[in-house]
Amino acid sequence: MKGKLNLNFLFALALLATAAVLPLFLQRTSGGKYNMIVLTYAMIWAVAASSLNLVLGYTGQACLAHGAFVGIGAYSIAIMVERVGINYWLALPLTCLLTAFVGFLIGLPSFRTRGPYFAIVTLCFNVIVYATFENWTWLSGGYAGQPITLPAALSGRLARYYFVLAFLVITLLVVRQIVKSIVGASFLSILSNEGLSEAVGISAFRYKLLSFTVSCFFAGLAGALFATASGRVDSSITSYLHSFYVLIYVLIGGVATLAGPVLGAVGLYFLLDRIKGLGEFRYVGFGVLLILIIVFFPRGLVGGLNQLRDWARERRSARSPGEEVAG
Amino acid sequence: MSVILEVDGVTKRFGGLVAVNKVDFTVEEGSILGLIGPNGAGKSTLFNLIGGAYRPDEGRIRLDGKDITGWPPHRVAREGIGRTFQTTALFQELPVYLNLAIGYRMKTRSHILDVIFRTPRARREQKEITQRVMEVLAFTGLAEYFDRLAGSIPQEAQKRLAIGIALMGRPRLLLLDEPTGGVGPEETGRIIDLIRKVREAGITVCVIEHKMKMVMGLVDRLVVLNFGVKIAEGPPQEVCSDPAVIEAYLGECIA
Repeated sequence: MKGKLNLNFLFALALLATAAVLPLFLQRTSGGKYNMIVLTYAMIWAVAASSLNLVLGYTGQACLAHGAFVGIGAYSIAIMVERVGINYWLALPLTCLLTAFVGFLIGLPSFRTRGPYFAIVTLCFNVIVYATFENWTWLSGGYAGQPITLPAALSGRLARYYFVLAFLVITLLVVRQIVKSIVGASFLSILSNEGLSEAVGISAFRYKLLSFTVSCFFAGLAGALFATASGRVDSSITSYLHSFYVLIYVLIGGVATLAGPVLGAVGLYFLLDRIKGLGEFRYVGFGVLLILIIVFFPRGLVGGLNQLRDWARERRSARSPGEEVAG
Repeated sequence: MSVILEVDGVTKRFGGLVAVNKVDFTVEEGSILGLIGPNGAGKSTLFNLIGGAYRPDEGRIRLDGKDITGWPPHRVAREGIGRTFQTTALFQELPVYLNLAIGYRMKTRSHILDVIFRTPRARREQKEITQRVMEVLAFTGLAEYFDRLAGSIPQEAQKRLAIGIALMGRPRLLLLDEPTGGVGPEETGRIIDLIRKVREAGITVCVIEHKMKMVMGLVDRLVVLNFGVKIAEGPPQEVCSDPAVIEAYLGECIA
């Protein structure tokens, strides 16, 4: 058990070191610079995917509105900085809080019901948000979008890369703290057996709402980072298509694992960028990939690896002497 | 001895079917009450009414004199009623120790910011949880399985784990719905021993059971239900010689 933890820790450290050193090489060539930008966006979607994982993977509630929440976050920081005149560094936390609050308001009525209704409500919400930003050009800035002026410290590409990386690490640390705690265990209990959770004093409604609100906080963060990286926001960021992409990142990477959503988001975002030439056809490949993953690795790539590890461990313990075989 | 649970004229209808019909009984603190009756007699429905999964159409349910009628399950649990389910309910995909830890959540107060920033409260409660998990692992005899997935341990151990989860929150009253259902005769003994230990620890127990032999030696009082109606109540020997009970059971319990 301890060995496994250390292995995960080393793996995370190696990834982090790679992510930290990579720009030093990428910066040297123009192709590398381009890849650095792609990587920056990939990490932003990794933040969004990690946030979705909290409510989807750990609590079992399928949110189909993360595109909307990322969009709300992106517009919120841009409008706060540009039109309201709030300092960027203040607008950043305010954006996260605002997005969390919107999520809280959406969760309040929709968690009163059980089953697939939450997925339907959130998808509808996303469609409404998208339509609103498409049509209310006074809010969204229409085709030109809403620009955002960045503080001097974030004017460079390299600075923005490290900025996003830092927030990805913070997001993962926070998610890790939550899921390893009794609060995270309560989330998992709802995913696993809602009736039993209630019977041991856990209000499923409260914990779903909590998980969703925290998830939206980080979706808002992803939105703020997106606005920061692109310097301009238009209504396409609020599209429900993003909700599905983020969902697919989580499912393919592995639900209820820390690394899954990150690897899913970074890997697939890069892959999609590489096959850009295929235009819309690349999404067909997406569909095929998704089906293959769900059939062969229902818990995603990282989940699949964990299953293999558990299977090996169970076999080892089954062979060990003194083990009682009953039932 | 005082009365801990009071079921007072409780009725539950499902459409035209009266599943529980004006049932009254009380449970003495520190005792074991057996709830028996043929299939469909309304025993599990009664547990669901006490536990808050269903809301009674009529009647009141009181715990230590406090009216808890119609409370949602999570509030009933926090008030001190632990329970198990007929189809053994566990957090199947989670390890045994985490199953137990979740049962202790209601006794902890750490909220999300506590756990994110690892405040002293979060750390103190984490220790408390670990300690309580160890206690209950030992009490239920599940220490050997502590890091196995709950769904992968033997059936009889799963039954004990379900009781352990309910014990984590230190309930005053424990409702056990067929704790030995689907378990072989040899292993039934281990569960009976556990139920006795629970009572010795000062926890009142209500148990639904089919196996008459098991019930006779374990409980202090019996309540017999048939078609949602209470047909007999009293000490086990007395109840067993009751003609109405003999009829409901086709003479099975004449001992």
